[in-house]
Amino acid sequence: MPNEIKTKDDSPVVKERKTDEAVEAGLARLTPERIKNTINQVLQKETGPRFKAYVETCMHCGLCAEACLYFLSNDRDPAFSPAGKVKQTIWEMLEKKGEVSIDFLRRAVHIAQTQCNVCKRCSMYCPFGIDIAYLMLLVRRICHKLEITPLYIQDTVNSHSATMNQMWVKEDEWIDTLQWQEEDAREEFENLRIPLDKEGADVMYSVIAPEPKFQAGLLYQAATIMHAAGINWTMPSSPGWDNSNMAMFTGDNEISGRIARTFYETAARLKVKRIVMGECGHAFRSTYDVGNRWIGWAMPPFEVVHALEFYHELLTSGRIKIAQKFKKTVTLHDPCNVSRGRGLHDMAREVTNMLCESFIEMTPNREHNFCCGAGGGVINCGPPYKGERMVNNRVKAEQLKATGAEVLIAPCHNCHSGLEDIVHHYDLNMEVKFLGDIIYETMEKKIYKPGE
Amino acid sequence: MNAFIDFIMGPMVWIAFLIFILGLILKIVLIIKDVNARESYIYSYMTLKHSLRSIFAWLIPFFPQSTRQSPVFYSISYIFHLLLFIVPIFLTSHIVLVNEAFQVSWIALDDGLADILTVMVVLALVFFTIRRVMVPEVKYLTSTKDYILILIVALPFITGFLAYHQFFLYRPMVIAHVISGEIMLILIPFSRFSHMIVAPLTRAYMGSEFGNVRHAKDW
Repeated sequence: MPNEIKTKDDSPVVKERKTDEAVEAGLARLTPERIKNTINQVLQKETGPRFKAYVETCMHCGLCAEACLYFLSNDRDPAFSPAGKVKQTIWEMLEKKGEVSIDFLRRAVHIAQTQCNVCKRCSMYCPFGIDIAYLMLLVRRICHKLEITPLYIQDTVNSHSATMNQMWVKEDEWIDTLQWQEEDAREEFENLRIPLDKEGADVMYSVIAPEPKFQAGLLYQAATIMHAAGINWTMPSSPGWDNSNMAMFTGDNEISGRIARTFYETAARLKVKRIVMGECGHAFRSTYDVGNRWIGWAMPPFEVVHALEFYHELLTSGRIKIAQKFKKTVTLHDPCNVSRGRGLHDMAREVTNMLCESFIEMTPNREHNFCCGAGGGVINCGPPYKGERMVNNRVKAEQLKATGAEVLIAPCHNCHSGLEDIVHHYDLNMEVKFLGDIIYETMEKKIYKPGE
Repeated sequence: MNAFIDFIMGPMVWIAFLIFILGLILKIVLIIKDVNARESYIYSYMTLKHSLRSIFAWLIPFFPQSTRQSPVFYSISYIFHLLLFIVPIFLTSHIVLVNEAFQVSWIALDDGLADILTVMVVLALVFFTIRRVMVPEVKYLTSTKDYILILIVALPFITGFLAYHQFFLYRPMVIAHVISGEIMLILIPFSRFSHMIVAPLTRAYMGSEFGNVRHAKDW
């Protein structure tokens, strides 16, 4: 590595470039006192015995390294190992009692926001089950409070804060997009509706803001699937329709909680029986695991069903019938947040096999999958970091290539975008698809009637 | 000087054991009190079933998938941790001492075998040391403190071995053995050696998060 310099203790430290203008602007505003107070406030007041146990119990054995795609992709550079990242951030903050430098913080925010997907694979490699992702999220929390969060992801959080969706989608644009998709879909299904604000519906369908912003076709597909399956469903017209939550990944817990609260309150207002969500991983993590905790629900106040699980239900109950199975060879990427995060990996295989003729496993898989490298807010840090994001997930490219499959199924938005980047960068010649794409392509285009 | 040595060889042994046991109990009590005060929400996620499931899964050698990726390390580590308890507890000379004090005894290891096992413990520690020096990702995390911890474990075994064989300086070696053993015992609750009881707790919590919330395996 050309940028490598040596410190006194001879450990390699990557010299930090000034990559991000928001980080630089934030760093310029900091005073030593503010840095110290903020770090100590978070580490002392916002943590508890769990943090203490993690820091005091780690035996520095290095076994977590083998888990991490960043470590493996960077030729086993120890600075990219999970505990190595903790050493460069939390350990030093603790050791120096918060009196760390601007250069240190530039490096810390870079590590925590873009060199860790908080995928928790390393927790399965640590014999003690230390939650290293949690430690990285703590670093992000500190960076948030110091206002040095990278520009692009901070912008999405600002959007959340102002509009309750991730992409500055205005309320009329949202409704308009749904009506546009409804109109288009009516050419295929005569009476298709995208029912807005239908009280008491069985299902509230919710998506992430990129769908109306630039992937409106996914709304079309979802509407046809719902319609064909004869589901009593609705979508909210008001803020609360977006289930994404980037604030969860910048340590802005307050906004993160507001997002989750608005989301559940929307479902409550519509008196729906359950919430079904599109193929997104982090949104599932927010609404199933994280957001609910911040607003005081041990488990979500609604049944939250990921698309994968919902498709499984539609296919096994016969509400959707497959006309002809998908012919090309496919492989399946397990999104961390629904496999390691919810154990849906076996269901994902069943769905894939119901839809496709030829399915090739990639290894490792299921709980042991490698993250796409985009998740945990990493891709959302935007173009300044894209080049390194490609380098940082070489193992994924190797893993994909080894399957020789023509199509890569990625039932998660972040994974989908991240893997498209990987596929292009490494010239893998694979088509990346959602499960919904394949269902739409292969299903019988007729409306389900019970008993048929 | 003699009085000091008598103290080290006598009452201090009991004090060391008391600090070791009470220290660990205190540690657990403090952790639980701290959890109750500041992080009591974790009880909404912890279940006995998933805690034990995870702990036992990680106790079975080479059951967790990741352990199979580091077969040499884990083989040595499993044996080392077992011997760390077996050798001192089932050593004839230790049992004799306990018998003199409490008139209880139990089955003892053959002295020749105990000798070999002691050497194995020391070799395992040599392996851990070499690993700290040679393996980049471990070296990166290693500081002087990590070598001191290795030394603290090694000393009672090395001095015990030398004292048993009476190669040289028998009496000073026995004293060194007792002192180093006491130091190790006393330090367990107050150092990272406390992973002896804290690791099952962190494992239980992670096992519960995976089993109870995530419906996934954590091994």
